[in-house]
Amino acid sequence: MQLASTSFNEIRLDHMSRSFGAHHALKDINLTIRKGEFIALLGPSGCGKSTALNCIAGLLATTGGGIFIDQKRIDQLKPEDRGFGMVFQNYALFPHMTVRQNVGFGLRMRRVDKAEIERRVTDALALVHLETQGEKLPGQLSGGQQQRVAIARAIVIEPPLVLMDEPLSNLDAKLRLEMRAEIRRIHNQLGGTTVYVTHDQDEALSLADRIVVLRDGEIRQVGTPRELYESPAHFDVAEFMGYRNRLGGTVTAVDGDRVSVAAGNAVVTGTARDAVKVGDLAILAARADDVAADGGQGNAVTATVETIEYRGREHVGTARTADGLELVFHSNRGAAQGETLTLSIDPARALVFAA
Amino acid sequence: MSALVEHDYSRISLQQRLARRGFDGVTLLALPAVVFLLAVFVYPFIYGLALSFMPKAGGFFANYQTFFSDPYLYNTIATTLWLALPVTLISIAMALPIAFRVRLMRRQRLLTTILVLPVTLGTVLVAQGLLNYLGPQGWFSRTLLLFHIIDAPLKLTNNYWGVFASLIITGFPFTFLLTLSYVSGIDPALEQAAATHGANSWQRFRFVFWPLLVPGLAIAFCLSFVQAYAVFPSAILLGAPAGPTRVISIAAYQAAFEQYDYSMASAIAMIMAAVQLVIVVAILGLRNLFYRGSTAGGKG
Repeated sequence: MQLASTSFNEIRLDHMSRSFGAHHALKDINLTIRKGEFIALLGPSGCGKSTALNCIAGLLATTGGGIFIDQKRIDQLKPEDRGFGMVFQNYALFPHMTVRQNVGFGLRMRRVDKAEIERRVTDALALVHLETQGEKLPGQLSGGQQQRVAIARAIVIEPPLVLMDEPLSNLDAKLRLEMRAEIRRIHNQLGGTTVYVTHDQDEALSLADRIVVLRDGEIRQVGTPRELYESPAHFDVAEFMGYRNRLGGTVTAVDGDRVSVAAGNAVVTGTARDAVKVGDLAILAARADDVAADGGQGNAVTATVETIEYRGREHVGTARTADGLELVFHSNRGAAQGETLTLSIDPARALVFAA
Repeated sequence: MSALVEHDYSRISLQQRLARRGFDGVTLLALPAVVFLLAVFVYPFIYGLALSFMPKAGGFFANYQTFFSDPYLYNTIATTLWLALPVTLISIAMALPIAFRVRLMRRQRLLTTILVLPVTLGTVLVAQGLLNYLGPQGWFSRTLLLFHIIDAPLKLTNNYWGVFASLIITGFPFTFLLTLSYVSGIDPALEQAAATHGANSWQRFRFVFWPLLVPGLAIAFCLSFVQAYAVFPSAILLGAPAGPTRVISIAAYQAAFEQYDYSMASAIAMIMAAVQLVIVVAILGLRNLFYRGSTAGGKG
């Protein structure tokens, strides 16, 4: 089985927007999805990621801009005429049809020859490891199995594009990890193109070739997982990439790309991500991984431990400075609640954004 | 040395044993309803059944023999079916598309209120209104005459069509509300899934909505049918109670209150119940051929 029997080079969202009355759910979205790419739309709830997916699927009409497959404009087409596959958050399997009938639904609607349907459904079920469950009704399957059926149903029609709307959010933690690997395996095996909506940065980082971070209906940053993780271009993106320490204050010194920010009584130096000058308000963002309790170079801050969580290989805790700044730190040896520590923040990895 | 306290785990209180079988304090709350049902439904039914086998003259089955040998009596079954079946089918056929539209509306309440209003009017008021509106001198005929669509006043009351219209008006809101609840009970994601996988609107109805709706529509059919089959006031007020709309309840009424033959009236009532039962059982039997589980698309 090979996806994307219809050959195309790219799918382009061109100034796509969608508003609900006065509320602009999507503003001027420009994005080119290349054939074979796995794109994750990442953002908090209400950021417009599902709206964007529904617009691509045709379930919601756009209110501005266009969607193109190469040179062909498709945003005027009905969902049934776009030929995409879609996996829904709650699976949306047809409860009255067997697994085989569910998977074969798209082919039946396209009036594919019966024998051909049988063959392709069998292939698709093999791909999601459900060969023996074909005659069951969806209600008799577990959540993970239902999700596999939904994936099989979406890919069996060999769509140019598979859309996935938070497909793992209803599964438990273990199954979520397993299905994540499955989804990537299926994507690689079939060579399809996937747009995947999620609010979980781990999912986006581990699955996607490129991540699109959305916030308030706008694209904040598009990049590879590494680009986003290591050099978020925007404070919102940093927040989403696990920069849990946010120290707001005034810029006291600028030396090349090194910027010092006075947050409370502490002066912390980080790497500039925005152009700032002395006297500006700025936010310094750092990951817990880059705030060390076991000694390290640069930026020593004294704080008292408030909570400490055991994470297996390391501990992650929160600590508060004398003037009330809260810091999330990591420690290999652990720390006791109420203990006073000297935390060091790596200036190369702490990022300074204009406030 | 540890002092072991002996527990007798075999002793279970009566309350616990009852609870295991599903009897607890809440069960008692059903008691008034049970008493009420026994008093006003079960007892009269059994009394009527017994009474129907005690005719004024003749043997055990004399009433039933009389009914099925007199066309004036047994034809009422067909007359009533001829009213109740089309009315029910048409009500459902009208309710379904409206429910599909209303399901998508954000301000359903106003429309639902308008549609449900006839329920509050009562059959007699509706009959009165229809006599004025559809009668030979009513607005309907007059308007058609005015535009020369017809040459002579249409006869739409005191015949089959008057009763038909009245039954539709009073029965529709009920059918509609039931249908709406079944239609909106179907997960909208199922339609979206069908659409993205290539089903056009007819295919979405045919392969997704219809099979999921049939069990609910069967129930709506049964309830509406039973209601329509018991038609009485409008058959007299708007119909031709001596002829085309001599429904079975009129026959029962005449037996009871014109001939004072309560035994015969009971027998007719029993026949009426049996006809309804046959139709309802047949419909529910057909319903079993369809999927009857949850209409959600997965775990919510």
